[in-house]
Parts: sequence; structure tokens; C-alpha cells
Amino acid sequence: MAITENELYVISSPMRDIWSRLKRNKLALLGLFLVVLLCSIAIFAGVISPYDPTGQAMKESLRAPSAGHLMGTDVLGRDILSRVFHGARASLIVGVVATGISLVIGVFVGAVSGYYGGWVDSLIMRITDIFFAFPFFLLAIAIMTFLGPSFINVFIALGLIGWTNFARLVRGQVLSVKASEYVEAARAVGASNSRIIWKHVLPNTLAPIIVYATMNIGSAILSEAGLSFLGIGVQPPNPSWGLMLSEGTTYIWNAPWMVIWPGVAIFLTVLGFNLLGDGLRDALDPRLKE
Amino acid sequence: MGTQAEVLLKVENLRKYFPIRKGILVQRKVGDVKAVDGVSFEVKQGETLGLVGESGCGKSTTGRTLLRLMEPTDGKIFFAGKEINNLPPSQMRSMRNQMQMIFQDPYASLNPRMTVGDIIGEPLLIHGLADNVKREQKVRKLLDVVGLSPYHGARYPHEFSGGQRQRIGIARALSVNPKLIVCDEPVSALDVSIQAQVVNLLEDLQEEFGLTYLFIAHDLSVVKHISDRVAVMYLGKIVELANYDELYKSPLHPYTVALLSAIPVPDPNTHKERIILKGDVPSPVNPPSGCRFHTRCPRAQEVCKQTDPEFRDAGNGHQVACHFAEQN
Repeated sequence: MAITENELYVISSPMRDIWSRLKRNKLALLGLFLVVLLCSIAIFAGVISPYDPTGQAMKESLRAPSAGHLMGTDVLGRDILSRVFHGARASLIVGVVATGISLVIGVFVGAVSGYYGGWVDSLIMRITDIFFAFPFFLLAIAIMTFLGPSFINVFIALGLIGWTNFARLVRGQVLSVKASEYVEAARAVGASNSRIIWKHVLPNTLAPIIVYATMNIGSAILSEAGLSFLGIGVQPPNPSWGLMLSEGTTYIWNAPWMVIWPGVAIFLTVLGFNLLGDGLRDALDPRLKE
Repeated sequence: MGTQAEVLLKVENLRKYFPIRKGILVQRKVGDVKAVDGVSFEVKQGETLGLVGESGCGKSTTGRTLLRLMEPTDGKIFFAGKEINNLPPSQMRSMRNQMQMIFQDPYASLNPRMTVGDIIGEPLLIHGLADNVKREQKVRKLLDVVGLSPYHGARYPHEFSGGQRQRIGIARALSVNPKLIVCDEPVSALDVSIQAQVVNLLEDLQEEFGLTYLFIAHDLSVVKHISDRVAVMYLGKIVELANYDELYKSPLHPYTVALLSAIPVPDPNTHKERIILKGDVPSPVNPPSGCRFHTRCPRAQEVCKQTDPEFRDAGNGHQVACHFAEQN
């Protein structure tokens, strides 16, 4: 039997497959567009902002959106548009990095716990229970007080707290996947535990992890807002969306634009990451090829 | 098949108990499910040993335990003369290229996120038997051997039918040129029309590669087709083991007699006496005293409740565990 070049099986590369599947999903492309847009705004904030985000002009205080200030001004007369642009930096970085730290710790801990079971599992799960037992903000404040208030410490604090949810989610998924016959088949052909976890178990637990991670980006941005509100996150006068929200709540009846615009920014970020995450989940699943 | 052939696999007194635990904080053991309870047999180089019995009798557990996919509770396993029941995990892993398994459910035994080529090539990769180029060549050849096409390697398992998936599972098992393949009910999840194809493929492969099979099944007619010898299991023990012809013509154990009477004969004029066993299979947590079959045996006598019959040779290598084997 003659084999033509096209019949060779190693013609597909996984990345190209995933991209070609993602391309066909309109909503995922919208999500990708939003994420890219927000990232560009964060990167080029210094160039595209019409005003200095920290420049105060008391005479301009609490102006409604107008041609001069497209999103209005806040109580100190600072241009909200410029602050939203600059705030994108802090908020996006916090959302993505804190979620990344949580994801890495949580997936590792959850996979080990679920796969090995027994006393390892009991020990790890009791430790996560201890983390769960503390109210989120109390723990965050404790860690921030211990590390000292700084922007980088916000990631560390949020990452160190957020991993427990990932660990639980991953452990549950791993428990169900490791009982499947293809994992037993991998053991039967002589695969090592690390190979089984990496190649057989984790790829089959991806879907809920991706969805949860994209949702977590939004809640990390809001948590940073809470920390900033308490004075241990991003330090004023530097802007972050969360900080702008908390500053604006006092004036919500007189100057609603102070909370609306950072709110819209957070909403678009969360929406963008969610749509992209959903699309990625589907694109990564070969069963949904067509 | 010479009777003097070398013994490839020898199992001595294999036991697998699953502990039953109770308690919320402190777990204490309250009993065991005796899934496999003292099984001994040999498989010779190049033969097919059928292992039959009803659901829950421990035949799949036997197959998994002797490959050490589950750790045996007790007993010895010799593979090609080497004792493997206490090998450390790393040595056991490197032995696995000589002993492979074909699974029952072709829909569950292939990783849905790997391409067929990666699935079949994985054992070669793990055992370092071929570089990337050679592996691809070997995978293409294997696909051809099991009746698929080389371009199928780029596809994912969900794109195939049950019979095709089972062929993929067979190709994966074959990839490392194993000596022994444990087939765990490889056709019972397939359509009857496909069953014959897969069984024939297994037979052809055995001839071509000199394979040895332990063929687990609950269907005597499938076993009849492929097996040289057959072991009948009941509630964690082998009750009878003989050449298929011998077993079919003169079964010695009442349980085997009952099983054989259940095979339909495609002839409307034959009137067979169908032996219907009373009651259910007893629980393996608390198996009956003496002979385990005495609760359902039509010939049971007092001695059967007292003493467990020895698994002995009743002549010509026909082994049986029944006090009254000679009178049956």
C-alpha cells in the first residue's frame, strides 16, 4: 500500500489545531479582542492618556463627562479616563498574576493530593481546610501586614490565599479521572506516576480549571480593590480600578461616573477573560473538533 | 501446541482481598471482600488459557493482580521464571513491555485527549524502544497490522467505532512486542458481528508474533473459539481447569456442567438438559464453609459443607476441585 505524504500522521501540530478551532468561535474571538485591547491600553496608557492620572485640579472637581473630560473628573479634579487607562496596568497584572500563582500552587497540590490519596491526601486537605477556615480578607490583611504594603505583595497575598479553591477543584477532578480505564492502561504500559499525572490525568481535568481561572481573574481584581480600600494595596495617588471604585462610593449620588467607568472596565475585563476561557476550553477538547 | 512447551506464567496461591473499613474518624477494618482467594495455574508459552466465570467471580481481578495493576494480598507470580510479585515499582515498570493488557471497554481505555498515534506509540516512548522517526514508522505498521490505515494515527479516539477502538487497544498492547497479553473480556463490549472479527484478529496475531494469551471472558462460546485450555472460576477460586475439548466432553465439576448446559446449540432437534442453578452467588465477604459451591450444588453432601475440596489432578492434566469429581 502506497502512503502519500498527506497520509503521514504527524502532520498536525496541537497549537495549530487549537488556534483553528478557536478561530471558528465568534464569542471567543470577541473575548480575545477584549483581552488584547485591555492589554494594549495598559501598555500604552502613558501615550494615550489625555491628562496626568495623578494631576489634581481642584477647580475641575467632580465634573460630569464632557468633551474636555470624556469620563468626567473625580473629587480631586483628576481625569477619570486617564486614571482608568493607567489603572488597567495594576488591575490586569494583579488579576492575571495572582490567578497564575493560585493556579500553579493549586493544580500541583490538588493533583498530588487526588492522585496519591491516602494520608498524603488527608494531610493536604486538612491544610487547605485550615486556610478555608479564615475569612478571606482577614487572611489577606494578615499576610499583607506581615509582608508590608506593596504592589508585588498584593499578588503574593492573593495567590497564597486563592490556591485552596483550585486545589479542591483539581483534586475532585483528579479523583474521577484517575479511576478511568485509560489511566490504568497507562500504568499497564509502564508509565511513571509523573507521566500519568501530566499526560493522562491533568489534560482531562482542564475544562473546569480554565473556567474557574478566568472567573478568578475578575474576583482577584475586586479583591485588590478591597485591599487598596483598606490602604494596603496599590498606594494612592496611583490609580487602580478597585481603588477608584472605593474612592467613588462616597460620591455615588453626586458623581456616579466615578464608579461607573472603573466598574465598566472591570466588567469588560472579566467578560473578555471569561469568553476567551470558554473558547479555549472548547478548543482544547478534540471531541468538539467540528 | 506441544504440551511440553515452556511455562511462561505461573501463579501460585494468588490472593486479593479488598478491606472493608468502617468508622468516621478512626477507620477500622471490619472484613474483606475475598475477590481472589487462592488461585494457582500455569500458562505455557504460545498457548491461550481461557478464564471463565460469572460476573464478580474474580476473573478480572486475577488478571489485574497478576500484572500487578493491583497489589496481590498473598501468593506468588512467576513470569518467565522470574518472581515478580515483590519487584520494586521501578523494576516492575520496566518489565511491563513483556506483559500487556487489552481492556474490556474500548470507549474508556483510550485517553480522549491523545491522538491514536500517540496512544499506540506511548509504550515505545516509555520503554525507550524507538526514536521519533522509528516510532512513527512502527505506529504506521501496527495500524496496518490491526487492520486500520496509517492516516488514522492523526485522529482522536472519539472518531472511531467500538471495534476500531478495540483494534487501537490491541495495537497499543502489541507495540512493545510483549510475550504475554492479558485480554480482559476484549469483545464483550462489542457488537456480536464485530466480536468474531476481533477474536480472529487476536488469533492471527498470536500466530504471527507467537503471543501467549490469558483470555478472560464470561462467554463460553467465545472462549471455545480461541482457547487451548480453560479455567473455570467460581467465587474467587478455580474449580476446574482442562483442555477445552476435554472440559467440553467430560466436565467433572457440577458448576462447569451447569455452565456448559447454558450454551445454546444451534439445532432445533437437540434437546439439552438445561441445569438451572438455584439462588445467587454467595457474597465474597463471607464465602460458604467447605466447598464454596455447596449452597447451589445439585450434588452437595454433608462433606461438602465441612471440607474445602483440594484442587487436584484427575488425570491427563485435568484439574478439578470437587469431592465427587470421579462420580460426575
